[in-house]
Amino acid sequence: MGSLFTPLSWNDTGFILQGVLNTVYISVLAIVVGSVLGLIMGFIRSISNNYTNFVLGSVLDILRIVPLIIQLILFSTFVGVIGHPLLPFASGSIILSLYTMAFMTEVFRAGFDNVSGSMRIAARSLGMNYRQSIRYVVLPIGMRSVFPSWMGVALSVIKDSALVSVIGYMELLRTSEQLITRTQQPLEILLGVGLFYFLISYPLSEFGRYVERKMAI
Amino acid sequence: MIQIQGVHKSFGDLEVLKGVDLEVDKGEVVSIIGGSGSGKSTLLYCINGIENIQKGKIVVDGVDVHDKATDLNKLRQKIGMVFQQWNSFPHLTVLENVALAPRVVLGKGKKEANELAKHHLRHVGLDDKFDVYPTQMSGGQQQRLAIARTMAMNPTYMLLDEITSALDPELVGEVLDTLRLLRDEGMSMICVTHEMAFAKEVSDKVAFVEEGIIEEIGEAVQVIENPVNEKTKRFLSKVL
Repeated sequence: MGSLFTPLSWNDTGFILQGVLNTVYISVLAIVVGSVLGLIMGFIRSISNNYTNFVLGSVLDILRIVPLIIQLILFSTFVGVIGHPLLPFASGSIILSLYTMAFMTEVFRAGFDNVSGSMRIAARSLGMNYRQSIRYVVLPIGMRSVFPSWMGVALSVIKDSALVSVIGYMELLRTSEQLITRTQQPLEILLGVGLFYFLISYPLSEFGRYVERKMAI
Repeated sequence: MIQIQGVHKSFGDLEVLKGVDLEVDKGEVVSIIGGSGSGKSTLLYCINGIENIQKGKIVVDGVDVHDKATDLNKLRQKIGMVFQQWNSFPHLTVLENVALAPRVVLGKGKKEANELAKHHLRHVGLDDKFDVYPTQMSGGQQQRLAIARTMAMNPTYMLLDEITSALDPELVGEVLDTLRLLRDEGMSMICVTHEMAFAKEVSDKVAFVEEGIIEEIGEAVQVIENPVNEKTKRFLSKVL
């Protein structure tokens, strides 16, 4: 006779790997989209007057302050209520990207603000137009100065992606929860999951260190 | 020729320039001396259109700098500027610092721009620094880099904004030597400076500015050794 619970076996490997891949997938997407949007928003904030900044800042503050888990549930419920339900992956990507954007905006804004006025004037006085001075001087100098902060946000997004499980996206954490329910082996599974998060984040962190070394001139 | 006619410049309620007239011919070196806050540096920033003006006119080789129709980016290629804080680009090597503007502004190819950069770096004595980053160099070397970077755009005029003020005393000499070199080659320069001996030596004319007005202008030796204006006398007795 069969037991209600079946222990963890090699047959679960594919299931777990799918969870790992889904975590990587949604994290990379959120980091890329969040960085691009954050770069644009950060630039807008750095050149905007107080009024625009107040409005923009307030919206971004909401995204940063309201706990991610609440944003996820509210958003996926809301799109369902108005009759346009989205797949968990879609809802999760949208909210995680916006959440990442809110943090990246401040990172990039600081980067733009780090470039002194006299550096910009030096570029312009060489005959560069505004666009060229941003592209070749302000952007590379500013981004270099905030790279460690960017890396910090990126790493925390990978961990925060676990929260997307609450709306049903089968990422690593949700995968493991299902396995725990079936196997009743929480210790082994959670240890394994922790290891996987480490394996995902560590290369990124190492890459960051490498880039910082290259830039430390 | 740079013609500055009755220029007034204010920052908000603060009037920094109160009617400045000055002419600088091609090949001429004019030094502007005066206390801090007298408006000397602001005048330089008005000449290449970094700052706007409220009244008057600045004309460079027949082009009105503050005319709306003037292409400032084009005009600035003709007017090089070097700063007190040398402002070398920290993310680029010395060679790339100099080659950047010729590449992106003048559209030169990488090879041509690099050759040009090497030529100008050799000229200021930085032959052995092509591949290092500016932050690895002394202030004097960075300032010479800034001069080479400006020269690579082949300007007609150079505006020098207290370029030795942020340097350690022992590094001032090498930068002044570079300026002597430029002067001997016939470069037109307007130098805002605190180096009175240097101003006297290299300038054709010296102008003394106080509170936004040119109080005295004349032959360099005369202004510095035998000033006529009481304010010039008072200033020079303090700094010499």
